[in-house]
Amino acid sequence: MSELVRMQSVDKRFPGVHALKAVDFDLRPGEVHALMGENGAGKSTLMKCLSGVYQPDGGRILIDGAEVALPTPKAAKDLGIGIIHQELALMRDLTVAQNIWIGREPRLSFGRIDEARQNADAAAIFQAMNVAMDPRAPVSGLTIARQQMVEIAKALSYRSRVLIMDEPTAALNDSEIAELFTIIRKLRAEGVGIIYISHKMDEIRQISDRVTVMRDGAYVGTVEAADTPISAIISMMVGRELSDEAVRIPDLSGAETALEVRALSRGRELKEISFSLKKGEILGFAGLMGAGRTELARAIFGAEPPERGEIRVHGKPVTIRTPSDAVRAGIGYLSEDRKHYGLALGMDVRANIALASLPRYADRLGRIDEPQLAGIARDYIARLSIRTPDDRQEVRLLSGGNQQKVVIAKWLLRDCDILIFDEPTRGIDVGAKAEIYRLLNDLAAAGKAIIVISSELPEVVRLSHRIAVMCEGRLTGILPGGASQEQIMALATAREGMTVE
Amino acid sequence: MSERGKVMSIKETRRGGAQQKLWAFASLIVLVAGFSLASPNFFQVSNIMAILQATSVNGVLAVGVTLIIITGGIDLSIGTLMTFCAVMTGVVLTWAGMPLLLGVLTSIATGALCGLISGTFVAKMKIPPFIATLGMMLMLKGLSLIVTGTKPIYFNDTPGFSEIAQGSLIGRIVPAFPVPNGVLILFIVSAAVAWILGRTVLGRYTFALGSNEEAVRLSGVNTDAWKMAIYALAGGICGIAGLLIASRLNSAQPALGLGYELEAIAAVVIGGTSLAGGRGTILGTLIGALIMSVLTNGLRVMSVAPEWQTVVTGAIIVAAVYADQLRRGRAG
Repeated sequence: MSELVRMQSVDKRFPGVHALKAVDFDLRPGEVHALMGENGAGKSTLMKCLSGVYQPDGGRILIDGAEVALPTPKAAKDLGIGIIHQELALMRDLTVAQNIWIGREPRLSFGRIDEARQNADAAAIFQAMNVAMDPRAPVSGLTIARQQMVEIAKALSYRSRVLIMDEPTAALNDSEIAELFTIIRKLRAEGVGIIYISHKMDEIRQISDRVTVMRDGAYVGTVEAADTPISAIISMMVGRELSDEAVRIPDLSGAETALEVRALSRGRELKEISFSLKKGEILGFAGLMGAGRTELARAIFGAEPPERGEIRVHGKPVTIRTPSDAVRAGIGYLSEDRKHYGLALGMDVRANIALASLPRYADRLGRIDEPQLAGIARDYIARLSIRTPDDRQEVRLLSGGNQQKVVIAKWLLRDCDILIFDEPTRGIDVGAKAEIYRLLNDLAAAGKAIIVISSELPEVVRLSHRIAVMCEGRLTGILPGGASQEQIMALATAREGMTVE
Repeated sequence: MSERGKVMSIKETRRGGAQQKLWAFASLIVLVAGFSLASPNFFQVSNIMAILQATSVNGVLAVGVTLIIITGGIDLSIGTLMTFCAVMTGVVLTWAGMPLLLGVLTSIATGALCGLISGTFVAKMKIPPFIATLGMMLMLKGLSLIVTGTKPIYFNDTPGFSEIAQGSLIGRIVPAFPVPNGVLILFIVSAAVAWILGRTVLGRYTFALGSNEEAVRLSGVNTDAWKMAIYALAGGICGIAGLLIASRLNSAQPALGLGYELEAIAAVVIGGTSLAGGRGTILGTLIGALIMSVLTNGLRVMSVAPEWQTVVTGAIIVAAVYADQLRRGRAG
């Protein structure tokens, strides 16, 4: 079979890191080739070599059988290699068509832009993709899924024959994913080769033809997606077999109630939400994107205070208008977006652990007791097995799982006994996920009251002692632990008017 | 990334920070050496003292605004605030005839209060720092002119006022080292602020705010209050600068002040503090301020026209930041 792309023993070193160790990869026209591996396995580095962002130190890249040099991203684009990054790179205040043709606007005389042609050309691409989109709409008004369509259209406008998609579904809901897959299948049928990077196993099985796995910068192997079980792919990724444990639900009948939420409401996002949480309990929150779970967490935490409703902590009503009120009541929130809302990335592990508790470790002059904090930081590094050279390491250099543990340490040090985890394993690789799960179970066993918000149903089922399900800002039901994914989905799609007991 | 790779990268990051200061310091040494070779009048004790004295006002302002810049903010009002503080000191000392100490306290308190107001604009009213302090800059300039009726206030009736910047405590003890008090004050202020930044909760939050303000807020920290405190502290330091300049001129000149803020920000930038926030050092700012006065002084000693001195200073700012970008590019 003819080959679109062949990468042969591609090698790449950065100071102190051997990022790619003689990696092989190939792509055929009209196939979806999934590239998998834990974070840091080298997938993105390999793709950056293919898209002209990095220059490999060794090896060859062949397009249509001929060796090519890709000194710049533009050179790669000219050869028909398009990349859609995980973080979309669109200019929010420009229109869809302006974004697609940025840098190569069709010109009229005197440097005027031919907006009409620009819009018509963009419309033609969307028609070919079978997507209804107004080229004149400003990008800022589009959902993430729609913005992704614009990115795909932009890549296609370069007549791309190779399309690299880096975790394209990370921010999409199920129906949006289905729509994306329709487009991917259409492109595949037209002979475009698609490299698909994702952590979601079920998607890989649905969409891809072949799967290549990388680990620690090295090529592990390539398998046919159709006849390889997921567990085999996972064990290729982590180098060991992972067992899927069933949830063990502790007897909490005698446990005291830690948190009680009554008729919490805010605008259209949260409607009359009531639930309670016991000490030692893990309450899972399931629901589709936009169901209001993050909004609920932020309301309880005071990041965006609720308009109505009551919150009781250990039986006493509390007023929470700001995060510092919540923290004082012993509530900690671990955002789904650690980098923006959880960590000061440029600061070290010690400073991040201490971030919420600093005044406690300072004298009257405000002088910080660094030796004591160093001891505390080292203690947490050992207790949570945070993998870091020392407590002075900048957290931006840690992996996602270890960053998450730093945030957990921050709240444990602040004596928070009600912890809200929003997507605790997002962007964390498979091996570290199991560790985070164990940590959550240990925390619950130690008497912490825990809320886990997760969009991954298997995660919710595996962790939760009880499962609360939300849909369109309402709590549509609370299921016992171990409930089936079907039961959860039924509640997650229970729209208003259909009441579920 | 392997564990060993991580260890190496952190070492490089740390070395990068030290390297930055080393670079700025090396530039300073090269400048001093260059001017010393170019003109025999440059490397004289009297001229070095003049350079240090000339650095004191800009240096103190720069140290203050470094705090705000590390939070990711900016303060354009420091120049006219300095003047307003000097004017208020004149009101208390010359017009009301109060004792010297009260004048000193007035200047610092005025600065802190105005800083607190700027901080309120920024933290509570969510006005972008550039706009809030631009407004403050104009308000204070106007107020200085209104209070004084546009005429300078002289401190002839306050004995000892000129000693604040001009006298030399060190010179009285070690006559061979007639370091002016203004310079001594600059170093004391620098040491104090460096200590605050490196050792205290306020300092830690200053860096944390510039690094990721939302993460700090979601850690339960009252970010608004801390930010206001930082602006107030920087304002108080402007009050000290106000005393220094008033003492050197033996008067409060209400028309003065505009332009000082940009010189101070330039010193901060040359010293390697990022305008994006989260990073910066007082030592760097001090070196930056010294580079600026060495340049001005050296070019003057070499009889370069003042117009050209300004051009060179501007070019140095661009070059310093570009050099910093190159270093970062290489490190990353």
